[in-house]
Order: sequence, then C-alpha cells, then structure tokens
Amino acid sequence: MTFTPSELLAVMGSRQLKNDTTVFAGVGVPLLAAALAQQRHAPQLTMVIEGGIIGPRIKPGRLPISTNEMRAAHQAQMLPAITDTFLFAQRGFLDYGFMGGAQIDQYGNINTSVLGTDYWHPKVRLPGSGGANDIASLCKEVIILTAHEKRRFVPRVDFVTSPGWVDGNGSRAKAGLIFGGVSRVVTTLGVFGFDPETRRMRVEALHHEVTLETVRANTGFELLTADPVGITAPPTPDELQMLRALDPDRRFLS
Amino acid sequence: MGDPHLNPAEYDFIAARRRTEAKAKSAAEKLTSLEDAVGRVKDGDQIGVGGCLFSRTPLALMREILRQRRRGLTLARNLTCNEGELFMAAGAASRVMTAWMSIGLPWGVSKILRHYVETGAVALEEWSHLALGLRFRAGAMGVPFLPALTMLGSDLVGVGGLKTVQDPYTGETLAAVPALFPDVAVLHVHRADRFGNCQIDGYPHMDADIARAATTVLVTAEEIVPEEEIRRHPDRTIIPGFLVDALALVPFGSFPHECYGLYEADYDHFEGYTAAINAQGSRAVTDYLDRYVYAPANFVDYLDLFGPDRLRRQHALARELT
Repeated sequence: MTFTPSELLAVMGSRQLKNDTTVFAGVGVPLLAAALAQQRHAPQLTMVIEGGIIGPRIKPGRLPISTNEMRAAHQAQMLPAITDTFLFAQRGFLDYGFMGGAQIDQYGNINTSVLGTDYWHPKVRLPGSGGANDIASLCKEVIILTAHEKRRFVPRVDFVTSPGWVDGNGSRAKAGLIFGGVSRVVTTLGVFGFDPETRRMRVEALHHEVTLETVRANTGFELLTADPVGITAPPTPDELQMLRALDPDRRFLS
Repeated sequence: MGDPHLNPAEYDFIAARRRTEAKAKSAAEKLTSLEDAVGRVKDGDQIGVGGCLFSRTPLALMREILRQRRRGLTLARNLTCNEGELFMAAGAASRVMTAWMSIGLPWGVSKILRHYVETGAVALEEWSHLALGLRFRAGAMGVPFLPALTMLGSDLVGVGGLKTVQDPYTGETLAAVPALFPDVAVLHVHRADRFGNCQIDGYPHMDADIARAATTVLVTAEEIVPEEEIRRHPDRTIIPGFLVDALALVPFGSFPHECYGLYEADYDHFEGYTAAINAQGSRAVTDYLDRYVYAPANFVDYLDLFGPDRLRRQHALARELT
C-alpha cells in the first residue's frame, strides 16, 4: 500500500505511544497519530488538548483545526479551563507531549516565533508558541513529529520558542527545567533520539528504503548515529485504513 | 533581542487592589446598550480579551471598540485570531500580548500579523500559553506573581522580561510569572441575569480569571435570563454580578467565531477573508473593516450581512457536535 509523507508521520508517531498513558497532543497530524494509537494498540491512552479538553472522541470528518473549538471537545470527559489543563502537565500527569515543529536544531529546540536575529523586527514573524513551550517544558517526555527538510533542521534555531535540551549536556536542568525533555523526533525519513551525555541528535532508525546519506543530505547539522541504526517497519494496511477512516476528507493526510 | 516589554504597572498588585477597593461593587442592574458599555474603554487601555482563538470571542464588544475609534490599545489574549488583525489594520492596537496569532492551521501564517509586526508598526509580546494564563490568574488572585515550571530556558524569557525566583523551601529556581491586571475585560457569555451574574457552557477558557484580574468588566450575553434561573443553577455561575460593570444582550455576539453549543465558527467566512488578503494584502482588511465594522449601524445590521440562512446553518452544525 502506498502512503503520503503525512500518513507515514502519523503511523510512525502513533507507534511511539504506549498503552496506559496520557498524551498532550497538538491538532493535525499529532492528534491523528494519538487517535490511531488509541484505536490500535493503546486503548487506555487518554488524549489531552491544550484548549481545555480531556478525553475527546475524534469525530471522523469533523477533525478540529484549532485546539479549542467544539470539534475538538466532541464527547470529551472534561473541559477544564485552559490554565488548569496545562497545570495537569506541570503536576506530572502528562506522559507525552506530542507536537510539530517549524525549525528544529541539533539539541531538539524548536522555533515557531521569528526568523531573523531581532525579535522586535523579525525577517519573518511566525504565529508563536501557543502551548508548545509549556508542553516542551512540562511533559514527562516530548515527541516531535515533522517533515524532514534541510531548511527545518538547522544547527541552531534563530529563536528558542520551545526548549529541547537547550545547549546540551546539563543546560536544560540548569535553566530550571528539572523535568522532561525531547526523547524522540519522528520525521518523514526516520526516528531520531539524543545522545544521553551531549544531548545531540542521533539517528535511531531509518524508514524503509531511506539511506543514511539521504538523511544527512537533508539535515543542516552533523548527526550522530546509534549503534546499531534500526529500520522501521513500513505502515501496515491495517494502520493506514484506520488512519484514513479518521480523516476521510484528507484534511491533514494529503 | 531588544528590550523586554515588562511594564511595572502590569503587576502592581497594590495599585490594582486599591482600584478595586475604590470601585462600586454593586448588585444593581448592569444591563445597558453595547455602545454605552464600550464607552468605558479609554485610549491607551490594556484590554483582556475572553474566549480563545475563534471560540467565544467577544466580537460584538471588540467591533464596537473599533467603531468608537479608540487608539493605542494593548490587546492581551492567549490565542489571537482575526480580531487581532482588525485591531492592527484599524490602527487601534499598538501592542498585542499573546501566545499565538493567526486564524488556524488551514490558512497558514497570518499575512497581516507578518506585515504589522515585521514593519515594527505593532509590537507582538509573546508569552507561552500557560504563562499568559498564569498572568491572568495571578491578577485574579491579587498577588504580584505565581511560581511556575514553564518558559524557563527559552528565548521567550527575554521578550516579556520574565524573572526567576528561588524557592525559599527547596532552593530550586522557578519562573516568577508576573501578574497582569488589565484595565478592561471584554467577555462574551452564554447567559446572564440583568445583574450580571454570568454562566458559560462548554469551554471555560480564561474568562473567569480575566474578569477577576481586570479593573472594569464588560460582558455581552447570548441570552438574558430571569434572576431565578441563575439561582436555580448557581454552580454554573463563573462570574458574580458585583464584578461586572456593564452587560449587553447580543445574540450571535461572537459570530463568525463559535459559541459552544449555539453556533459553529463560519469556516467559509474565514476562507473568503483570507482569500481576499492573499489577493490584495492588508487593503483587504481595510475593506473588511468598512463593510463589517464601520458601515452596519448596529449588530443586527452586521448579522444581516451573513444572512439568516448562514446563522441557521452554523447553529445546526453546533448541535451536531454537542
């Protein structure tokens, strides 16, 4: 079965989520990936969305485009105030933060704020953090889902909107972020982790038929490699069918 | 990076408390016209905006602020949608304090945000979503800051001027998120009695905290209900009447944004709005202001631009989801 890059991302992302956990999911591909995991191998997974939603049921064909509209709240178990929703994460109740990224660097820092060096006069103004900074700071573990492009994978982001491992080694904890950190970056080319000491990004596994050379050619910094580098199993027909049923209009999967 | 934007008046909990003590906290009738309610907004005010993105946005109040041609305003809202674009293009806001601004994922990065911020015409002061929520909550609690574990280690620290504090018990370093006491809160709710006791269905967003943090509270309601109806379900009341300064009845007061259970956001309207911007740039927003904000004499005339069929359709879509 053939699949699109977004479908590949959603399937590979969903496989990262274990049963009996909680996930703070962004809308779009992260939410689809979480919903797929819940239907397939993690029925006891609870989804939390930052607009103030705990345990929604995703209505196929009525996928939310924002984190706080009626579509996102469909048949939810609880609608807390937004501040209280994030405080569940600060208290340690959220196992995974599941998010996308605009610009990412070798320490897993994400920029969704500005391109250029002067914050107040940016070359390009992007929408901003939303809850991404909080999810990156407060969840037990952060998983980033993103297309793998050289312009996105830069040595150092122009602006750290959402901290990963900051400058590597112990710098995240030194900044006051005692908990959490980026554990995985799932891309259209492979699955990446971080060296436990230096906290620099390393290749953990390549997707089917992707070479290390292709990954290096699409990355703006030097990647470390795990030993050995694994190969992921391609999306199964079963996974793709379940995923497509969630987004029949292909709003996020095309 | 430039200078952080933290203004000491924003977290001055002593001055905020004195303003509240000096104010009448009356249980009297608050019902008035939209025009009269908005007459309380002054040039240069900092406005805390309820709802979130395109959910329960107090658009009738914000539209009236634009009609009364207020200037030099700061909008403080957790996620900012096209109402922020209207305030930028109208020259009404010189500063927007937010965690995120654009309309929504399908329409990409706002070209209006880009234009006004990249040229330096409007300052966009970015805080994380939780940090902005805690700013309102600290304001609601009457304290100068709240300790938190968020926003540390990021470059957002240098934008808003976030400081840290050492925990006197464990010695750990925590973010000291400063309070925000807006001059005015603008909120849209599902129902209120004529004394301003307000109830909301669905998402609470940050409205309860914004109402407590602000000096002046302006509310529009989809429905004004008898006092006894509020008293029958007092657990549903999120803002007590003595906090409210002015209340106006405005059905569809968030339209074309959504109001939980009553109408879904009009995505087709967003589509047309963004298509016009893609074709004509910020000129399209000036035209939009003329057509949807300045020309209609009142909110009923404004809703007529959408037509009753569209309002009925959006109501039906909301009922399918709730």
